[in-house]
Amino acid sequence: MLLEISNLSVAVGDKEVLHGINLTIDQGETHVLFGKNGSGKTSLLMALMGFSNYRITGGQIRFKDRDITLMPINERARLGIGMSFQRPPTLRGVKTKDLIRTFGGRPEDREKEISGLNMATFMDRDVNLGFSGGEIKKSELLQLILQDPELILLDEPESGVDLENIKIIGRSIKKLLQKHLRRQRIKSGLIITHTGLILNYLEADMGHLLLDGHIRCEGNPREMFETIQTAGYEECARCQR
Amino acid sequence: MSEIIKEAEAARDKQGQHGADVDLASFRRDAPAHGTNPDLTCLSDAEMEHLAGVGIVAAPRERAGSFILKDHSPVHCSMGQDGVELLSIKTALAQYGDLPEYWWKAVRPGTDKYTAQAALALDDGYFIRVRAGVKAALPVQACLFIGAEGLSQNIHNVVIAEAGSELHIITGCTTAPDLHRGLHVGVSEFYVQKGATVTSTMLHNWGDEIVVRPRTSVIVEEGATFMSNYVCLKSARSVQMDPLVRLVGPDAVTRLNTILVAAPGADFDIGGRVSLEAPGTRAEIISRTITTGGNIISRGLLTGHVPGVKAHLECSGLILADGGYIRAIPELDGRVAGVEMSHEAAVGRISQEEIEYLMARGLTENDASALIVRGFLNVKMEGLPRELADEIERIVEAFGKSVF
Repeated sequence: MLLEISNLSVAVGDKEVLHGINLTIDQGETHVLFGKNGSGKTSLLMALMGFSNYRITGGQIRFKDRDITLMPINERARLGIGMSFQRPPTLRGVKTKDLIRTFGGRPEDREKEISGLNMATFMDRDVNLGFSGGEIKKSELLQLILQDPELILLDEPESGVDLENIKIIGRSIKKLLQKHLRRQRIKSGLIITHTGLILNYLEADMGHLLLDGHIRCEGNPREMFETIQTAGYEECARCQR
Repeated sequence: MSEIIKEAEAARDKQGQHGADVDLASFRRDAPAHGTNPDLTCLSDAEMEHLAGVGIVAAPRERAGSFILKDHSPVHCSMGQDGVELLSIKTALAQYGDLPEYWWKAVRPGTDKYTAQAALALDDGYFIRVRAGVKAALPVQACLFIGAEGLSQNIHNVVIAEAGSELHIITGCTTAPDLHRGLHVGVSEFYVQKGATVTSTMLHNWGDEIVVRPRTSVIVEEGATFMSNYVCLKSARSVQMDPLVRLVGPDAVTRLNTILVAAPGADFDIGGRVSLEAPGTRAEIISRTITTGGNIISRGLLTGHVPGVKAHLECSGLILADGGYIRAIPELDGRVAGVEMSHEAAVGRISQEEIEYLMARGLTENDASALIVRGFLNVKMEGLPRELADEIERIVEAFGKSVF
């Protein structure tokens, strides 16, 4: 098992926002996380990445058979977890190219990915400063591609993106998750989506519904999404196996 | 001249408006004599290397002019472009009958004891004049260097950019690497005439116990631009300055950038004042300061005298270590309706959110902090020659690495 979350509880400040979460992701699998605003989806991703504001109050996270529950963020990143943020901070004065350079690798490979996402003109701009919704998503995705993690955490990769860019983003995510490979696929993903648009670009293996910090339903992501669309989150929670 | 002396005499003991008081008598006035030298060999290789750190290069071909003052003696003065005049100020005073239109016309000799000392015991300084319409293709460099222990150096500079001209001055102020104690008093008067553009970049690299009291005033006429970049990322005991830029002609523009780091033991009181006196004038003051244990007072004052002026002031400070403080004092002084002036000020530590964002990309906490600090100090300075921009970037980079 690539990722095993067991009985995980997380608090933000004094308030517990996730209660006893169990979730496993195997190598090559893509999972989707559904849920209302404020249900705890972003908190789960932030806790998996190790952000200090998301305090783990109980349970365990294992990744590649290692207990990473208390591991520093950068060590998790080095071990193979990467995340695309919904609202990343602005880094004033830090040029996007300087951040991109920290990923190492061959300059020509970097150039290829930059032009693939139409990001060349962003390299001299401060990281995330004045970026539109779609530009932030592309910038996040570019960083993830260059970081090349095995477990990819995506927080609403399609929100605020126009129809033209959603194609580029959808295709890039598909490639990032190695959807073109079958048996040899090693990349896994956990994707938060509200609109479900991302499901038009890639097949997901499993869906999870978060409600009030609990996982209330698990199953076929397309079926779950249809139920949510037609009957709402509460109805989806009622159909729990 | 006698009026100047009279005014200075009266201000002999007048403390500065800001900054710790300095006992002027505790510094030597007997400087060793240095002969002049046409090819910069008057300075040792080690000294030249040190000068490179404040933007002064040994290759005269890369400059429209070079002026080096060591202790009290101008040791080198060369010009490389027609229409760009560079002289020691004593030579200029002798040659142009005491420069009655410019000498002490922007700065008052009776401002405080430092201006008084410069008036009463002038050592030397530089005079730069760019003739009307001449665009200096390369920067003029001036180095004010203290090599003798315990010395006080009284400088007075005059810069005139005639109508439609362009000039970039690099002033590198530094002391010999092994020097501990010294005092640098520097009066600078800038006259930026109609439609002219002056960029003044000043790099400081002082010894630990050096006291610095610059007194600068700039008069900017119609449609003219004055840009100032002040960079001091190495230590000093005490630096206090509060240059005044007067935008006296319609549509005159100024931008003052400061990037500054205070190490333990350092005391900086650095400000910038812009007086917007004509319609359509615009000003921006940007200051980025960091303390690693020293004290910083970061001042800024915008005064709007007429309607239709626009100005903005930004003071940001990062506290990277305990033991010192950063006090940001932005002030806006609107005298009439119809002025548009704003400020933002922030003092604090590096945002944890930003550090963790970079850590999520695999950077260590230290590397993430260093990248953010380099970004913080990365103020856009327009018009810098490439090698100077590179040098500033190197200094910033080295600083980022040294603190984490």
